[in-house]
Amino acid sequence: MKFGQGKLSRRRLLGGAAGVSAALGLHEVVPHQGLHHAVGTAFAQDGHGGGHDVHAGGAVMKHPLHAGAVGMVDPRTNGFDPQAILRDFDEGTVVNGVREWELVAEEKTIEVAPGVKYDAWAYNGRVPGPTLRAREGERLRIRFVNGAQHPHTIHFHGIHTSRMDGIPGIGAGDIAPGESTTYEFHATPFGLHLYHCHSMPLAEHIAKGLYGAFIIDPKRGRAEADELVMVMNGFDTNFDRQNEVYAVNTVAFDYLHRPVVVRRDQLVRIYLVNALEFDLLNSFHIHANFFDYYPTGTRLEPRDFTDTVIQGQGERGILELRFPYTGKYMFHAHVSEFAELGWMGFFEVTD
Amino acid sequence: MEATAARRSRRPPWLAGVAPLAVLAVAIGLFVLLDAPGLNRIGVPQESLTVERTVLKPGEIQLHVRNDGPDRVRVRQVIVNDGFAQFTQTNDDVGRLGGSEIDVHYPWIEGQDYEVRLLTDTGVTIDHTITAATETPGADLGFYGLMALIGLYVGIIPVAIGMLWLPWLRGVDTRWVKFLLAFTIGLLAFLGIEALLEGTDIANTSAQVFGGAALVWLGAAAAFLALAWVDSWLRARRPSGDKSGLGFRAATLVAVGIGLHNLGEGLAIGSAYAVGSLALGATLVVGFALHNTTEGLAIVAPVARERTARLGRLALLGLIAGAPAVLGAWIGASAYQPGIAALMFGVGAGAIAQVIVQIAPQVRDGAGRVLHPLAISGLLTGLVVMYVTGLLVSI
Repeated sequence: MKFGQGKLSRRRLLGGAAGVSAALGLHEVVPHQGLHHAVGTAFAQDGHGGGHDVHAGGAVMKHPLHAGAVGMVDPRTNGFDPQAILRDFDEGTVVNGVREWELVAEEKTIEVAPGVKYDAWAYNGRVPGPTLRAREGERLRIRFVNGAQHPHTIHFHGIHTSRMDGIPGIGAGDIAPGESTTYEFHATPFGLHLYHCHSMPLAEHIAKGLYGAFIIDPKRGRAEADELVMVMNGFDTNFDRQNEVYAVNTVAFDYLHRPVVVRRDQLVRIYLVNALEFDLLNSFHIHANFFDYYPTGTRLEPRDFTDTVIQGQGERGILELRFPYTGKYMFHAHVSEFAELGWMGFFEVTD
Repeated sequence: MEATAARRSRRPPWLAGVAPLAVLAVAIGLFVLLDAPGLNRIGVPQESLTVERTVLKPGEIQLHVRNDGPDRVRVRQVIVNDGFAQFTQTNDDVGRLGGSEIDVHYPWIEGQDYEVRLLTDTGVTIDHTITAATETPGADLGFYGLMALIGLYVGIIPVAIGMLWLPWLRGVDTRWVKFLLAFTIGLLAFLGIEALLEGTDIANTSAQVFGGAALVWLGAAAAFLALAWVDSWLRARRPSGDKSGLGFRAATLVAVGIGLHNLGEGLAIGSAYAVGSLALGATLVVGFALHNTTEGLAIVAPVARERTARLGRLALLGLIAGAPAVLGAWIGASAYQPGIAALMFGVGAGAIAQVIVQIAPQVRDGAGRVLHPLAISGLLTGLVVMYVTGLLVSI
């Protein structure tokens, strides 16, 4: 393939180079100036390759090219931190053999990209909601309190009775503001699921933030690993039913500025959930590595060994991989426009 | 009783006139200070920014924005063609009527379209489309030279050529002169209408808070009245009954009116050039030449019956009418501001209206009618000629 031929190669180059220059740790390794020079040269070639012999923007760029937004979101603003969400598993409390949680729906203004506020609806004050974790076959009891101003529900993916399905008109149905209900069912099947509000209008109730990951571990467990939860989401900040901001765990570009730190050779397990609304597909792509992919996590044998996976709305799957080399490795949606709108980050592999 | 009267007499008379203003000032001050007691806004802020000017430099897209909405606007991120971009801004909290310059670092490519999206702190998006991106010419000497050349081609030279009809005009029958004056009026009417339409067009794309299309009409009214004032001043300087130089007075007004119009025309040309949408070439110049030559004729028509016509004076009239095209092109290409452009088009239209009012009496026939058949045919010819030659120029 000719260098700089396609759009994707250019974008990948852009993201990669920019990310490296943005990354703090690398400054002592690679001279800053050289990097910027490399970016400029690449664009110059790209411009010629595309048949534009006139000052194709980048060829004479005065500024280094950075991916990502301007500024950073202070985790204290939101009261939750994408870094913490990664490894925050809520196993609830076991009372008389029943695993119990309480989820409260509330309205909350969150910062989804630096300086950009969004009036979200949240379970327990965070988007995505808490990652609920149980073991296959357990009895689960989830008390739901609606502390918001609109009716809401919790609809769990899994196998259960219709009365416990958390949709309007059946069982407890819509839970009015100030009201509460309790959902009760068995944890089955094992795998990676999700829960979300199912009140109408559906897309809006989900898009505003009422969703979370729901993990049911197989009876015999999974291999010891560094486990991470990544809920891919987006935000329609101007109500045109298209997302302006994309992210993993809500804050755009957060893992670009603050990489996800993992150990070399350690088994890393990523619980990947696509909670995106308005766009049909989302994807996950990792640089310089491949992973085993377990769709929905309901089988213990991987379906695929790949570096890119596509998920439709509500789809999820488990990824397992090891990083053989230290360094910074980018991960992002290979739906490239999502990447540049916030769904882009780094793993930082250390010894 | 007497004491009150005494007090009243001591009070300076202007105080009564100023007092309501003082009360108003205090009331406004208190109202603002107390943040409009009793009045709470309903609903969410209405954020609005208008992009007044776009400057493209290598690797950089520069937007000059103005807040034309009722609320403050805080741009927090910039998205170019579905990707967040690095940027800096001169004002990150733009109040009503306030402006800001947003510099976006982006490797744009010549000839491609770009959608620049400003994302505010509330998540509102303000979109601006750049079609066929091309580098904005820098304001160096060569550029000013080019704009001067364009102005010369489309403004000064055609007007000067048109004025060469003067010797012929002197020899022809009075009826011909009346026809040509009516022709001039038709031509001016066309220019006036065109200026109003163009000004309204521009106004509708710019910050409405400055009045939008109303700006065009205000400019027109102001220019109409200002020229009327100039005319009455010129009249007052002459003893009554002295008819000499009357034609020159009319010619001067025509030249000023056309000059103001050409200023607007220059603005349009310059700004079109700046965004790369001006097809510079023979067609444009030829079109404008034909179009504007008739303007030269309009200037000399009123002086056809003057006994003397000094060349210097005529040259001055030609410059008054044509040179503003150069000035307009400079301004249009280097510091274009749609609000001001709209105002200028209005001013041109108003000036033209006043000029028509001034020269209309000279078209009168023996019975004192203005709209006699000869005049009407002149008017119509003027309109048609301008329409047809106007087809040759579209910016």
